[in-house]
Amino acid sequence: MRKLLLYLIIITTGIVFIARLFYLQIYNTSFASLSEDNAIKVIYDYPQRGAIYDRNARLLVTNQPSYDVMVIPRELKPFDTLEFCSILNITKDKLIKRLKKARVYSPRVPSIVIPQLTKDEYAYLQEKMRKFEGFYIQKRSLRDYQTVHAANVLGYIGEVNEALTKKDPYYLSGDLIGIDGVEKQYEKELRGIKGVKRIQKDRFNRDIGPYKNGKFDTLPVNGKDLTITIDGRLQAYGQTLMKNKRGGIVALEPSTGEILALVTAPTYKPELLVGRKRSPNFTKLVYDTIAIPLFDRGLKAEYPPGSPFKTINALVGLQEGVIDTKERISCRMGYYYGKNGQKLGCHVHRSPLNMIPGIANSCNAYFATVYRRIIEKYDTPQEGIDTWRKHVQSFGLGNYLGNDLPAGRPGKVPTSEYYNKIYKYPTYKWYATGTISNAIGQGEVLATPIQLANMTAAIANRGHYYTPHIIKAIDGTPIENEHYTKPKITTIDKEHFGPVVQGMYEVYTKGTASFLQVEGIEICGKTGTAENFTKIDGVKTQLTDHSVFIAFAPKDDPKIALAVFVENGYWGARYAGRIASLMIEKYLKGIISRTDLEQWILSQSLEEEYAKPYSGEPFKINQ
Amino acid sequence: MAKSSVAAIDWITVLLFLLLVAFGWGNIYSASYEGEAFSFSDFSQAYVKQAYWILLSVVLIVIIQAIEAKFYERFAGLIYVIAILSLLGLFVFGKTISGATSWYAFGPVRLQPSEFAKACTALALAKFLSDMQTNIKLINHQFRAFLIIALPAILIVPQPDPGSALVYAAFFFPLYREGLAAIYLIVGVSAAALFILTLLFKPIWVVMAIGLIMLFYLIKNRKQKPKYSRFILALIVITGFCFSVNYIFNNVFEQRHRDRFNIVLGKEVDSKGIGYNTNQSQIAIGSGSWTGKGWKEGTQTKGGFVPEQHTDYIFSTVGEEWGFLGATMVIILFTLLLIRLIHLAERQKSQFSRVYGYSVIGILFIHFAINIGMVTGLIPTIGIPLPFFSYGGSGLWGFTILLFIFIKLDSNRVNEW
Repeated sequence: MRKLLLYLIIITTGIVFIARLFYLQIYNTSFASLSEDNAIKVIYDYPQRGAIYDRNARLLVTNQPSYDVMVIPRELKPFDTLEFCSILNITKDKLIKRLKKARVYSPRVPSIVIPQLTKDEYAYLQEKMRKFEGFYIQKRSLRDYQTVHAANVLGYIGEVNEALTKKDPYYLSGDLIGIDGVEKQYEKELRGIKGVKRIQKDRFNRDIGPYKNGKFDTLPVNGKDLTITIDGRLQAYGQTLMKNKRGGIVALEPSTGEILALVTAPTYKPELLVGRKRSPNFTKLVYDTIAIPLFDRGLKAEYPPGSPFKTINALVGLQEGVIDTKERISCRMGYYYGKNGQKLGCHVHRSPLNMIPGIANSCNAYFATVYRRIIEKYDTPQEGIDTWRKHVQSFGLGNYLGNDLPAGRPGKVPTSEYYNKIYKYPTYKWYATGTISNAIGQGEVLATPIQLANMTAAIANRGHYYTPHIIKAIDGTPIENEHYTKPKITTIDKEHFGPVVQGMYEVYTKGTASFLQVEGIEICGKTGTAENFTKIDGVKTQLTDHSVFIAFAPKDDPKIALAVFVENGYWGARYAGRIASLMIEKYLKGIISRTDLEQWILSQSLEEEYAKPYSGEPFKINQ
Repeated sequence: MAKSSVAAIDWITVLLFLLLVAFGWGNIYSASYEGEAFSFSDFSQAYVKQAYWILLSVVLIVIIQAIEAKFYERFAGLIYVIAILSLLGLFVFGKTISGATSWYAFGPVRLQPSEFAKACTALALAKFLSDMQTNIKLINHQFRAFLIIALPAILIVPQPDPGSALVYAAFFFPLYREGLAAIYLIVGVSAAALFILTLLFKPIWVVMAIGLIMLFYLIKNRKQKPKYSRFILALIVITGFCFSVNYIFNNVFEQRHRDRFNIVLGKEVDSKGIGYNTNQSQIAIGSGSWTGKGWKEGTQTKGGFVPEQHTDYIFSTVGEEWGFLGATMVIILFTLLLIRLIHLAERQKSQFSRVYGYSVIGILFIHFAINIGMVTGLIPTIGIPLPFFSYGGSGLWGFTILLFIFIKLDSNRVNEW
């Protein structure tokens, strides 16, 4: 009996211990991760971020070394603070404050004392470093911009946010990531792959050699170099022309869909968002809510396209067979419609006109007639609108383009449902005339500059386009993405493009832009003057018209297609037309022959115009 | 000497012993090596020293087996006196290492007499209890047995090494087996329970709770006319005990002792200071999972996160590198050894051998229970080694002598009648 109790005690103890081991080793998994945390240090070896070149192999972005002075507080020994401060050009108070902060953060883990030394400071300090025990210099890599332009295209890099570090295990707190533009879109290609080293640590947090002799370590893979489709010179020229104006220029190569220039104005220099200066500069840019320099107007601003849109209505009219190129339509200073004799005004020109001069002179009555016929061809205006919309959408309007920049807007091409809602159908009926503004690219139609440029490229190609894109080659290998290399076909038959292109050609030879011809280049274009409104103290107020222009050249072998928007630039040929013709000349010829024209554009500022709505006083428009 | 006595050696026990020692040395090697090549001449390494201690213990075993079994019984008293003298001698000649004066130093070799005193006390107790005139039922004899056990413990406490002194509680095993009244067990367990309850709650609440339970019991059984005076006496004793525990804990114990209890009782969380050892040991064991990280691959072991890992905390290396399977294996080996020893003790014809056998079981069990309990965070930190496993020559030799004297006695049982 007594013997049994002793057996029992021993066996119970054994079982209790095994149960405890089961709890510690199998059931409760937190111990394993704790062990991982305190015994193995993971060190990352950061690869070089890829460089970015323009289409002519001109370097735009590369890396520059940057040097941070680090401190491990508990390894500090007394040192000559005076000398240290004078080398680094900081005050003693500041140094003491930063050291205190570092010690509070952790006495063992290195903290940054002075970030991003200049090369000279680094060179000087490096020699004296051994006098300052506990300090060391850590090299980091920052972006180095070889250009002062294209900030909106290139984007910038910054520290990854906490939410992403939780979602994507590749990123650790403090890692750099592309935040906008190409840097964001091609982050995976540019960043490369981090190398990992696992270091076995002892209880004093000292390294005692590689974990498992480096069995799990990997080497970093450098980022890939990108060639983008931007023409650096054209981009720079576009930005120069847009100085003191607001708006955007988008230039494409019609035969490929490559973006030659993507200008937004106002903008900023890319170097403003590098390293130590990034945070204060970024704040400044963000808080400029009037000029909104961080807003890429080329990609995101949705403007009424205005008269350039007439080219599409002409094409749809021809495709639907509601008009031919010969029929002449009269214009009595506008188009009259409806019971009460509403009028869609027009300007002074010969009358009547058939299609080609109709385009060249941008006759509103002509296009109102064509548009109305398209809609009224069908039994109901709903059916008419939706058919018209289908054709328009085939030019890449009214939806996201799917380009490879991480920003964009769909623009707008209204549907029948939209009008049903507006006009409260079926309680009230609506007719083609209720949507007549669409005939001239006003009213419900909205497009971004890149959509208009793409539309122009589709006309230049006589019926197809390639999705605009910014990437040309990755590590020297041209892209093979079908999304960019396979043409998208419009719903308009090829033969209908001839007269429209001819009309656009005559815009230059005889029409609204005849004073903008460039010798030796056959340019096709279309002016636009787009009415626009804003709200001032809740009251809808009309502002000076936007100046819009689309163009491509040369006529028979198009090399460039572009769209130019100048906000409140009054009429199409005034700013946008001039800028477009200068851009084309610059791109195709390399030099500008019309220096007086160039000078005029460079000297013009629209800042006064932009200040009007904020002046608090009544103002006049279209002066 | 009878050849039959060698043949009668219990090889199962020897095998279990060898397995534990060999596996123990493998873990000491892993816990103390730092990447250098193995060399038998490098005496600065703990695992090399331990290897020599193990080899020399074989010599010791042969000597123990060669000595006539009767020698141990006949000279038990003398051996005990020598052990007491060696403990007393520490007060004069002792060498102090990390605060404890527990060693004699002979050049580079150090011996810790308290490790040997356990076996000596076991012999003395066995001799006393097996005396024809001794009757354990008599209070007078109980007191003398208590003195034999308490004397070395009292001498060990001021070294200070309270852990080793606590081991002498192991002699409850043989005493109980030889007929010590069960009331001692009941009182002992109750006292331990009260002790823990008092630390968790205030003594006044404990006393009130017990009083209420008694009251309830008395009211329910009032028809049987219980002896009220006994209950009142018991309550007075309990009250006194609780308040004195409270007083001793707060005023006699040192802060470090209090901390150890508080951490295990969950009253304090402190993973950096006093709780560091236990916490790191649990992390190391916990990170082993099912099969462990492999021999010499333990990251916690290599990083030296667990203090005293090759001595008292050696079991955390087993847990980390051999995982649940390896650690469970060790528990099973110890349990098997203890069960085997009970079996051996029970088959002894002589009372001396049996009492000695149960003393061995008690000592090994209490070391095993306290050490593993401490390393796995079940009981407060009490620094005593894991038998056959922990680094330390005196410890290894002490346990070897303890065990092999019993094996010798057991092998000699055929010659007794």
